[in-house]
Amino acid sequence: MWLIRVNMTDLTSSVGPLPDAYQHLGGRGMTSTIVAKEVPPLCHPLGPNNKLVFAPGIVTGTPAPTSARVSAGAKSPLTGGIKESNGGSSWAADLADMQVRALVVEGQAKKNGKFWGLHLLWDAAASQPKVEFFDASEHAGKDLFEVFPKVYAKFGDKISISGCGVSGEYGYGNAGIVYNDPAKGPTRYSGRGGLGSVMGSKGLKLIVLSREGTPGVPITDEALFDQGRKKMIDALRTHDITKPKGALNTYGTAVLINIMNEAGGLPTRNFSSGRFEGAAKTAGEAIFEGNKQRLGKELYNHACSPGCIIQCSNTWHNPDGTEAASCVEYESDWALGANCGIDSLDDIATMVKLCNGYGLDTIETGATIGVIMEAGVIPFGDSQGAINLIHEMGKGTPLGRILGGGTGFAGKAYGMTRVPAVKGQGMPAYEPRAVKGIGITYATSTMGADHTAGYTIAPEILGVSGKQDPLTPEGKAALSRGFQAATAFIDTSGHCLFIAFAVLDIASGMEGMVEECNGVLGTQWTTADIGRVGAEVLKAERAFNEAAGLGKETDRIPEFMRTEPLPPHNQVFDVSDEALDSVYAEL
Amino acid sequence: MRLRVKLFAFLTRYRVGDAHRENLSSGTPFEVDLPEGATLADLLRALQVPDEEVKMTFVNGLAQPEDWQLKDGDEVGIFPPIAGG
Ligand code: SF4
Repeated sequence: MWLIRVNMTDLTSSVGPLPDAYQHLGGRGMTSTIVAKEVPPLCHPLGPNNKLVFAPGIVTGTPAPTSARVSAGAKSPLTGGIKESNGGSSWAADLADMQVRALVVEGQAKKNGKFWGLHLLWDAAASQPKVEFFDASEHAGKDLFEVFPKVYAKFGDKISISGCGVSGEYGYGNAGIVYNDPAKGPTRYSGRGGLGSVMGSKGLKLIVLSREGTPGVPITDEALFDQGRKKMIDALRTHDITKPKGALNTYGTAVLINIMNEAGGLPTRNFSSGRFEGAAKTAGEAIFEGNKQRLGKELYNHACSPGCIIQCSNTWHNPDGTEAASCVEYESDWALGANCGIDSLDDIATMVKLCNGYGLDTIETGATIGVIMEAGVIPFGDSQGAINLIHEMGKGTPLGRILGGGTGFAGKAYGMTRVPAVKGQGMPAYEPRAVKGIGITYATSTMGADHTAGYTIAPEILGVSGKQDPLTPEGKAALSRGFQAATAFIDTSGHCLFIAFAVLDIASGMEGMVEECNGVLGTQWTTADIGRVGAEVLKAERAFNEAAGLGKETDRIPEFMRTEPLPPHNQVFDVSDEALDSVYAEL
Repeated sequence: MRLRVKLFAFLTRYRVGDAHRENLSSGTPFEVDLPEGATLADLLRALQVPDEEVKMTFVNGLAQPEDWQLKDGDEVGIFPPIAGG
């Protein structure tokens, strides 16, 4: 197994064996360990001392289901803390199949308008991966929907692509890292935290992986791996949420719109209400029914990446049956919909596609526009105005750059007090005042406001892994802590986080995940190690953040959520500072 | 008593016995009359929604168990198992 270092300052690379200390790491565990160890916490995120690390998960590239996931990590230009942002793509599996467990991009190319690309391929003669540089300047300043076909034309079909859009070239806090989807489009993202700008700051535009001749991931104990894989497949195929034609496969993640609205926790018009009158029009059910009407047949969702058996990724179609956007996820749907008072799926899809083309994170974009609407720049509900603002971001105009700085930055520029962000990162699609546990995750996560970091929505709203009252703060610090640690393990394993819905309810599925990892690594973990391994990752991240100046004082929810009751339940965020601090103090 | 009821996702297929409801999309409210003292379980029976297909039931925006006693004017939302993120 290999660790590749690429130095953008002098355009050199080295391929070396994976150090012993990193043997049992993958995904987030790998990126966060390397960033915490090698990146000076006080460095400028867009300077030469930051490092951008890519790592496939432990089981990524194997036949383990729903595991073509990659972690991208660095110091975040959005939060100023450590960042891991997870994406699903063939790019993840291709990196793993090249036996690359970590790709570390260091230094900074000299700025003379030039952008570089990396081409990683398997060197059969040397039995190891190799790195070639190519001039990618022709792709600078271009829409990613123009760039991707050109890259496929140049390198052939047997490749995967990652890169940054113009947003990453501009250095926005809101710039994701894009990966190809199964239809070769630029729509899969490590969206959060501005990692696209870390890539762009290094003068790196694209990373192309050729899968030809790659040896695949070695498995230490095949029998054990297979046993685990079967348990995982059984769990995913039988659970109502993850099974074929189950909730995720039929309605996609946007099936959450209605239940969050019903529970009074769907943030609406910049977090001023928990209910949106247009919710049902934008929900996953409306996407399913709308597609059925426009296509004349039922359309079930597809996999974002090879080997996924949940298959939750939808495509929204135009009235003439052509593709409008892939994929309209719950978060994007909400951010550009309810949060902006917009109830047209067609307009939301237009905005999703623009974000994908410019390399913007849909959550950060919608959260930012929500604040800017409240500031009166455009009214709530003005979708054409919102579309124009996204173009401003894409063109890099002065207004676009203010918005591209992210929710917190744009809020400051307009003198706003109601800014839904933690550590500068815009909040996702769950209201902390209506769902206290997720608010604790937003406040305390090493990532800034991030729902995936500790998805307490499962028991608080969905009845998965037990049922808990969303309005009470009681016991929620421990709940969030447990979810944050388990999540760090799943993000390390290489499985998509959505397996959790099945394996939290089906114990053999959870065992299966651990057995798959043991099968690959030769470790002897049990399910009791999930929390321990996850906690180690969190501790490394936390230590980095503290050294970067993000101590517990930054683990707080914006003041307005503590003072302003949220309809319909008229709740404030009433979790004590002591409870928030206990999340990491008692880790 | 009169309730406002919403069925979501897969459960919209249980709009049986009422021609007015048959074309309602997910989450569109309709009215149901039940005797005083009826519970959520009684409502599910009246709608002929099988218990095992129901995961979460909300009354006025708060999740409630099946033995929850309803009152006139309550808004009820009924969901199958769903998730996302
Ligand atoms: S469950 Fe959805 S997001 Fe996760 S890997 Fe499968 S298609 Fe991608």
